[in-house]
Amino acid sequence: MMRTILAASLLTLAAPAGAAEIWVSNEKDDTISVIDVETLEVVRTIPTGERPRGITFSQDYSRLYICASDSDTVQVMDPETGEILHDLPSGEDPEQFVLHPNDRHLYIANEDDAVTTVVDTETRKVIAQINVGIEPEGMAVSPDGKIVITTSETTNMAHWIDTESKSIFANTLVDSRPRHAEFIKEGGELWVSSEIGGTITVFNVADQSEVAKIRFEVQGVHEDRVQPVGFEFTADEKRAFVALGPSNHVAVVNAETFEVEKYILVGRRVWHMDFSPDRSLLFTTNGVSGDVTVIDVAALEPIKTIKVGRFPWGAAARP
Amino acid sequence: MQRRFRSALIAVTAFAVLATVAPASGQIKVAVRIAYLEQQVDLPPTLSNLDPLPEDLGLAGAELGVKDNATTGSFLGHDYSLTVVTVPPGEDFLAAGRAALADSSLLVVKAPAESLTALADLPEAAGALVFNASAQDGRLRDADCRPNLFHTIVSYGMRADALAQLMSKKRWSDWALVEGSYPGDTAFAEALRTSARKFGLSISSERQWVFDADMRRNAAQEVPLFTQTLGDHDVLVVADELGDFGRYILYNTWEPRPVAGSEGVAPRAWSSVVEQWGAAQLQNRFEDMAERRMFSEDYAAWAAVRSIGEAVTRTGVAEADALRDYILSDAFELAGFKGRPMSFRTWNGQLRQPVPLVHPRALVALAPLEGFLHQRSELDTLGLDAPESACRAFGE
Repeated sequence: MMRTILAASLLTLAAPAGAAEIWVSNEKDDTISVIDVETLEVVRTIPTGERPRGITFSQDYSRLYICASDSDTVQVMDPETGEILHDLPSGEDPEQFVLHPNDRHLYIANEDDAVTTVVDTETRKVIAQINVGIEPEGMAVSPDGKIVITTSETTNMAHWIDTESKSIFANTLVDSRPRHAEFIKEGGELWVSSEIGGTITVFNVADQSEVAKIRFEVQGVHEDRVQPVGFEFTADEKRAFVALGPSNHVAVVNAETFEVEKYILVGRRVWHMDFSPDRSLLFTTNGVSGDVTVIDVAALEPIKTIKVGRFPWGAAARP
Repeated sequence: MQRRFRSALIAVTAFAVLATVAPASGQIKVAVRIAYLEQQVDLPPTLSNLDPLPEDLGLAGAELGVKDNATTGSFLGHDYSLTVVTVPPGEDFLAAGRAALADSSLLVVKAPAESLTALADLPEAAGALVFNASAQDGRLRDADCRPNLFHTIVSYGMRADALAQLMSKKRWSDWALVEGSYPGDTAFAEALRTSARKFGLSISSERQWVFDADMRRNAAQEVPLFTQTLGDHDVLVVADELGDFGRYILYNTWEPRPVAGSEGVAPRAWSSVVEQWGAAQLQNRFEDMAERRMFSEDYAAWAAVRSIGEAVTRTGVAEADALRDYILSDAFELAGFKGRPMSFRTWNGQLRQPVPLVHPRALVALAPLEGFLHQRSELDTLGLDAPESACRAFGE
């Protein structure tokens, strides 16, 4: 008993500010689960608007932006108190977004509206709406802030948006149901995952040409069920971790050779992920099983499963 | 073989062209004209008026498909248009078909099986692509298939197989079958018998529904006595495709048994309760546009138009023969909001697709169910597989 109390108080002492956290949005619970990276336990559960999906922090981590899809708004939360400070106009059904490197403009995919909305988080005004394909979802911004990508699930394209003119300057076809996009190599390369196509397409950003197509093959799982969705790169960008949806595996991809090095078993319908701030651990959201798998990045092994809310969707690290 | 090679070539060249295309900004490079052709039929009256059939059943799906295609097309310089031709009961369907074919070689059709084959056999239809978006008859995928006739609606056989898989999984292996007397009821009942044999289930008793009394008043008196004569069974399977009497059987059976088939747990191409796999977005788009729920015929027409759109997007052409090659190639895949890519069977032109098993409030399961395996695609555990189909019109 004594030891428990002691441990508990030590925990409280260790917990304030400082302790790194992983924030997970629970789509079907209207909450965020906050996981302590040290203890790998859920330490807080915070109510949000309806159907929270994409989440991201401001650069100084003083604000959390939440796509509250069914509330048709982006909520701004104080991560210290969990209080919703205000809502941002977001267009209908915001699903995913990226924060521009200027720390001010949010580019939001409006899934039901075939529109990408640009919101100024300071003036809280919509500054542009860009028509894109049907069911926009994946969002990415180049490190120099010049290009934003929106992928549209039913149109099967990556739309290349010039952030200066807020207009599309190129459209590239990818395989069915593109879900997620990321820039690497200082903005020189773009990766786009296609859920139903079962591939990742790699583009050379300079001329939007296709460099490679990555395919996946999980033993014992029919190829139709191997569906790449979210992915993240290690700090040195040598490896990508790719969530493969209902195949319940995360692929480890060599980002130089585009070969798959390993498949790691995680929870059911793995969707998105984020690293701990020191990049030693990877946290994947597993929608159907309602949990988060923690992967040891060096060992490439799952080390723990953490129960969160119903249908965890997005993940974001807070140092 | 030659055909396959040609389609692969088309796919590759098309990609090379399209991948570098800048936004079209108003410049139309490909015009895609689709005709939606409907033969209206007089349906017999049903006992209940609770669920009237929408007048735009099917058509609304085609319209949504064109909207979806047009958005994609706007980035590629592809323009889509839809002409709607509706033929009232008793009027000359084939004349309307000829007129539609003079204008477009891409047809989405809602018509009975015999009209579909007659249309596909017209000399004017020789180079056309006709999509059957309503007729579930097995024979159109079998001996009566046509090389220019594709099917986006599921067949009676695919639905029956989906139900049989669920029943196998639940171990409800002893069925009692009650069928209505309309042609659709007979066809679905026959498909159910075939599926029961295929999956090793048994039908221990069968009855025809012959009542002409108004079941809205006396189902509680009549149905227990009627179903008492069925003897022991695990599940009561109903073939009532018009929704005439099946609804009065639930909860009025002599034995406390689940009901499946046209009522209860029903296999359908689509239902408004499908919400996973991104389907909520499709349902929302449809409801915003049509101001009603989306049904199987809407889905089939949507899938037909989207198949055309997908082929045009990937090949950059609108000619029916090139689109046919692409649609039958390995490169074709349609994201149909049912969890896995859909494609066309090269032996009979049927769109292979999962079949939701639903009740009015939720999805029960999605067929193919886990454990039903196939050497090519698990989706081919539903409906006529290549060795079973007598269709030879597609060749190889």
